[in-house]
Amino acid sequence: MPIRLPKIPGSQITPREVFMDRRRFMQGATAVAAGLGGLATGEAVAEQVSAKLDAPRNSAFVVKDELTPKKLATTYNNFYEFGTGKGDPAENAGPLKVRPWTVEITGAVEEPMTVGIEDLLKMQLEERVYRFRCVEAWSMVVPWVGFELNKLVSMVGPTSKAKYVKFYTAVQKDTMTGLRMPFIDFPYVEGLRIDEAMNPLTMLTLGLYGETLPNQNGAPVRLIVPWKYGFKSVKSIVRIEFTDEQPKTTWMLAGPTEYGFYSNVNPAVDHPRWSQKRERVLPGLFASRATEPFNGYAEQVASLYSGMDLKTYF
Amino acid sequence: MNTAAPLARPAARPARPVDWRDPVTLAKPVVFAACLWPFARLAFAVVNDPVSLGANPAETIEHVTGDWCLQFLLITLAVTPLRRLTGWNGVIRFRRMLGLFAFFYGVMHLACYVAFDQYFDWPAILKDIVKRPFITVGFAALVLMAPLAVTSTKGWIRRMGAQAWNRLHKLIYPVAILGVVHYWWLVKRDITWPVIYAAVLAVLLGWRLWRRSQPSARQKAAARAG
Repeated sequence: MPIRLPKIPGSQITPREVFMDRRRFMQGATAVAAGLGGLATGEAVAEQVSAKLDAPRNSAFVVKDELTPKKLATTYNNFYEFGTGKGDPAENAGPLKVRPWTVEITGAVEEPMTVGIEDLLKMQLEERVYRFRCVEAWSMVVPWVGFELNKLVSMVGPTSKAKYVKFYTAVQKDTMTGLRMPFIDFPYVEGLRIDEAMNPLTMLTLGLYGETLPNQNGAPVRLIVPWKYGFKSVKSIVRIEFTDEQPKTTWMLAGPTEYGFYSNVNPAVDHPRWSQKRERVLPGLFASRATEPFNGYAEQVASLYSGMDLKTYF
Repeated sequence: MNTAAPLARPAARPARPVDWRDPVTLAKPVVFAACLWPFARLAFAVVNDPVSLGANPAETIEHVTGDWCLQFLLITLAVTPLRRLTGWNGVIRFRRMLGLFAFFYGVMHLACYVAFDQYFDWPAILKDIVKRPFITVGFAALVLMAPLAVTSTKGWIRRMGAQAWNRLHKLIYPVAILGVVHYWWLVKRDITWPVIYAAVLAVLLGWRLWRRSQPSARQKAAARAG
């Protein structure tokens, strides 16, 4: 199937000279060598691709609060494919192979297609500053670079059967050290209702802080759904499937009483093991910020759930 | 004749003169400093550069203090087995300090939860203790440790009598079990560390059960004589 991507004036095309960051490459190689006790052959080591992504900031989508320092946003991550510790992904994700990379779009759509990461990077990108609220009651403020997911959705033309969208994270056995200890099911699966996927807030994200995503943040392409807990914002996407049935997501399967399909940020509905009333704005010590309904995006998304009991559909 | 005034209770024994050639006496300040070291590092980082503790310094502090509370409980429980297995009786003289450090780190752990996590929201804290099992057991462990810390002095041993004191201090067994359960229940998915703590605790408690099932030295002697 031919890919019909909009013609974009040359001035808006992201510079293609994606350069290899040699220093990071060497760090990755060293980490692997250390991890395997010197048995590393180097085969598993791929490049960490890092490039500037100059995208204009869309002032309609900017949280006024101070940005989280980039170093913190890129060293404190949940990405179980690279280990369960928050520092593990930054330490272990170096070898993730992010080129070549394609995203398969399939299921209930008029035009199934496979899109290369280069084509996604050619889309008209913009920067938005969203609050990122983790289910673990901490939050960050991060400038993401990407475009609205609905642009991609309208290109493939969902059919009337497309009630839900299911996202799959990559499984790279040779680079993802966390796969050996399967604390959750892999591939990591997440899902949205089609109207959630079409909401202008939902972003297909290719970068942060003005550059392409670091591997530990879900390179080369991830989702950002700012009114939901962070685990909904699936990383390193290789497959997007349109379906008529509500996807069984990874965390729902891992803890059905603790993680629901919707997982909207909601101070009134506690996690069974901790309160969601407040959050800690990292790197602050005190959980002194009152968590907002829908993470502060109620105006844009509350209507999606009118008539639903959010305690039942948590 | 010069008689002393009658005393209501026996006078405290005069303090033993400090013997600076005694290796335990010499080692105590060193052990004390070593036990305090994790706390000192945290305190220094908080004052100077909290981000040196990572993006979520409060979480790091909670994990480190919780870990050390559990570790000191296990170390304290290892004292008696170590004494029996090595025959080195001097080790028993470190036990009170080690137990008190377990309590110290436990209190710090609770203080972090109250201040950092709950931001002094007392009604929410009470609700948490009642409603969330992992908080309930963690809190219970610390409450049970308090009387052990209070009665850890020589004066209290004398006042209570050795037998009652020993019975009370058996509370360390449920305390350690509750502590490990607290950790086990709080982790999201990866229970590697709770399992390790549980295994060490099982060995330490299992050793005691095994010993109780063995005939004592006196019984053995009696059997030989008979």
